[in-house]
Amino acid sequence: MRQISKRFPGVTALDSVNLEVFPSEVVALIGENGAGKSTLMKILGGVCRPDSGEIVIDAKAVAIHSVRDATRYGIGFIHQELHLLDNLDIAANIFLGREPTRGGPLRLIHRKAMEMETTHHLRRFGLEISPRTLVQRLSLAQQQLVEIAKAASWNARILIMDEPTSCLTPHETGVLFEVIADLRSSGVSIIYISHRLSEIVKIADRVIALRDGKNAGTLDRNSITHDNMVRLMIGRDLADHQSKAETPDGRVCMEVRNLSTRRFPTAQVSLTLRRGEVFGIAGLIGSGRTELAQTLFGIDPMVAGQILMDGVPVSIQSPRDAIAAGMFLAPEDRRIAGLISGMTIRENVTLPNLKAFSSLGIVRRDWEAATAVKMRDQLGIKAASMETLVSNLSGGNQQKVVLAKWLAMNPRIIIFDEPTRGIDVAAKSEVYRLIRELADRGVAIIMISSEMEEILGNSDRVAVMHDGRITGILDRAQCSEEALMRLAVA
Amino acid sequence: MRKEIGVFVLLVVLCGVVGFLNPQFLSAANIQNMSRLVGTYGIFSIGVGIVIITGGIDLSVGSMFALFGILLSMMLTDWHWPPSLAAVAILAMGVLLGLSHGMLITRLRLQSFIVTLCGLLLYRGLARYIAADNTKGFGNSAGFEWLRDAATGSLLGVPMPFVLLIVIGFSMWIVLHHSVFGRYLYAVGKNEEAAVYSGVNSKNVITGAYVLSGGLAGIAAILIAFYTNSISPSSHGNFYELYAIAAAVVGGCSLRGGEGSIIGIVLGTILLQVLRNLVNLLDIPGSLDFAVMGAVILIGVAADEIFKRRYSRT
Repeated sequence: MRQISKRFPGVTALDSVNLEVFPSEVVALIGENGAGKSTLMKILGGVCRPDSGEIVIDAKAVAIHSVRDATRYGIGFIHQELHLLDNLDIAANIFLGREPTRGGPLRLIHRKAMEMETTHHLRRFGLEISPRTLVQRLSLAQQQLVEIAKAASWNARILIMDEPTSCLTPHETGVLFEVIADLRSSGVSIIYISHRLSEIVKIADRVIALRDGKNAGTLDRNSITHDNMVRLMIGRDLADHQSKAETPDGRVCMEVRNLSTRRFPTAQVSLTLRRGEVFGIAGLIGSGRTELAQTLFGIDPMVAGQILMDGVPVSIQSPRDAIAAGMFLAPEDRRIAGLISGMTIRENVTLPNLKAFSSLGIVRRDWEAATAVKMRDQLGIKAASMETLVSNLSGGNQQKVVLAKWLAMNPRIIIFDEPTRGIDVAAKSEVYRLIRELADRGVAIIMISSEMEEILGNSDRVAVMHDGRITGILDRAQCSEEALMRLAVA
Repeated sequence: MRKEIGVFVLLVVLCGVVGFLNPQFLSAANIQNMSRLVGTYGIFSIGVGIVIITGGIDLSVGSMFALFGILLSMMLTDWHWPPSLAAVAILAMGVLLGLSHGMLITRLRLQSFIVTLCGLLLYRGLARYIAADNTKGFGNSAGFEWLRDAATGSLLGVPMPFVLLIVIGFSMWIVLHHSVFGRYLYAVGKNEEAAVYSGVNSKNVITGAYVLSGGLAGIAAILIAFYTNSISPSSHGNFYELYAIAAAVVGGCSLRGGEGSIIGIVLGTILLQVLRNLVNLLDIPGSLDFAVMGAVILIGVAADEIFKRRYSRT
């Protein structure tokens, strides 16, 4: 790709960016959110067109105007968001749009051929499941692998993977890396986008960094280190981005006794949460962490158990009850559950507490705006105005808006589910700082995370979950990656 | 606001053209008659529009008009109820039917299309059964003159339905655009899950929208009954739910929910009435009136979409 430029109304997303990929190479594309990685890959994948610049494949300039064009040139794109139809089975998804047919002009679907080939591809990725399984029955991680199998089944020569491991367990990530190595040795090139720098260190042959829509530098195999990558991405050295704990004041603010969730009705969870502490919850995907958070917050009904706040039993039947008790959730899926992206920052910030911003049922927009501005200054939300739609913000800023919603109403407990998913490195450290500030103000924090570094670097205590149960609670001194891993696979 | 301005411009151009081709369009009598219709249609279109903003649909209002019209004529002429009691009863029935739609949709999690489609069939059938398929009316009976006047009379030369639309439209504008409930309506329509995570009781909010729609349909039912003065149970109010949906969509409501405004819905209603009027005034065969409406709405919506794409590309 040579001299690619792309402008959107108001911003230059890409400014004369170059990117080259050799056969049998894993190129990691890194950069903060908004650096232009996705736009560049969308151009290569035929999702959008550049304003200028050219794409050259095998020394020939090619025009890629659609996803179909891209597929024809052997470019496969595995999007970060899953693009599977969950009402169809795996085979139907893998062959969508190019179903093998029989019966000549009748074009009947040749199910047998389709299923056989699907089984072959699934095996290659270590998935021992029937090709007739409906996608909605698969876990998120399995769906991700199906998506990868789908792209690989096109015999693509260049595979773009956008955050492919964001919902994979360490084991599945290992499988994926084997697959990547396998693909590479068979001549396929891979463009790998990830915020997890440790993965890149493991698998990339070369790193290309973008910053503010421009090339920011390249690293060769032997110079790929965590620090070098961070430096290229943010253009400066990053101070230690993990926050250290001060001693929590120790008063218990919530106690959970023998709680069972709908998903794991036989498992029981008990824990105590103290004011001012960051209580990490580690575990593999599907270990029941999100279910615990959603049950505490009243989204899912509690099957059994009791919740005490400040020693008093409380009944939490809905998020309204949880919010009234001062317990808030920053959910895993920011765009689906955390925010209303088609609404403005102002409207999102005040939504949970709108009655406080109204008199006689009439919303006072001036009060709303004042609070939104206060939150913006406090949290450093970067936006043109408080009337900006949340959908136009970067991941980090969206997370800050989620935080602003709760901060505006004196939280006692905040549950963060994957607080930095899809957020770039610099914004991550800011989120950690904000979480620690909240804790220092006496708020109790529950932080669910799949990233070991995040758990280890920010928690005062860590509970590890497996199959809906807490398999161990470790304090700071006992915490290590091995200890957590051992409990997680218990 | 862009969409509303678009509809407004289209409306002005259309009025200009029709007025030029047939000056009768701008005559006092014609404008008075149109404003009467706009008032009546506008009132229930606002209700349906609010339901659409929550991401739902209400197909039942047309049949409600038949059922309520029949019942109103029986209350006043057969049973000799005091007119105030009859009016309150109709309004209460509208609210109750809306409430039952809302409950079925939010508590049983049925789809709004199905619930209100069943309402459409059910109320039409009930109307025909109660009236034994006979046309009902108010004839020369006396004792409810003030209600008739309130529905068909004029205030300072302005037809009552239009006066009512202004009052109701203004109140609903406050509710939708300035109240807590209104903000929740949009929030639920845009993203119900996130609204629930923010502690919004989405079930009550959605039910509220159907209650409003039912209540406004109750008011409109009284106006329509007196306007036609004869209620044939099998045809009274036919297709009215579709006029309301068309008005809301033309006025900028999205069937996906979360978008729309009172001004837009009212402009959409006016546009629809001008189109029907134009068929009369321009000597277009009356049988074409649906076709004209369909074609103009389609062209308008397509033009809007094309314009939007152009705009976003540059």
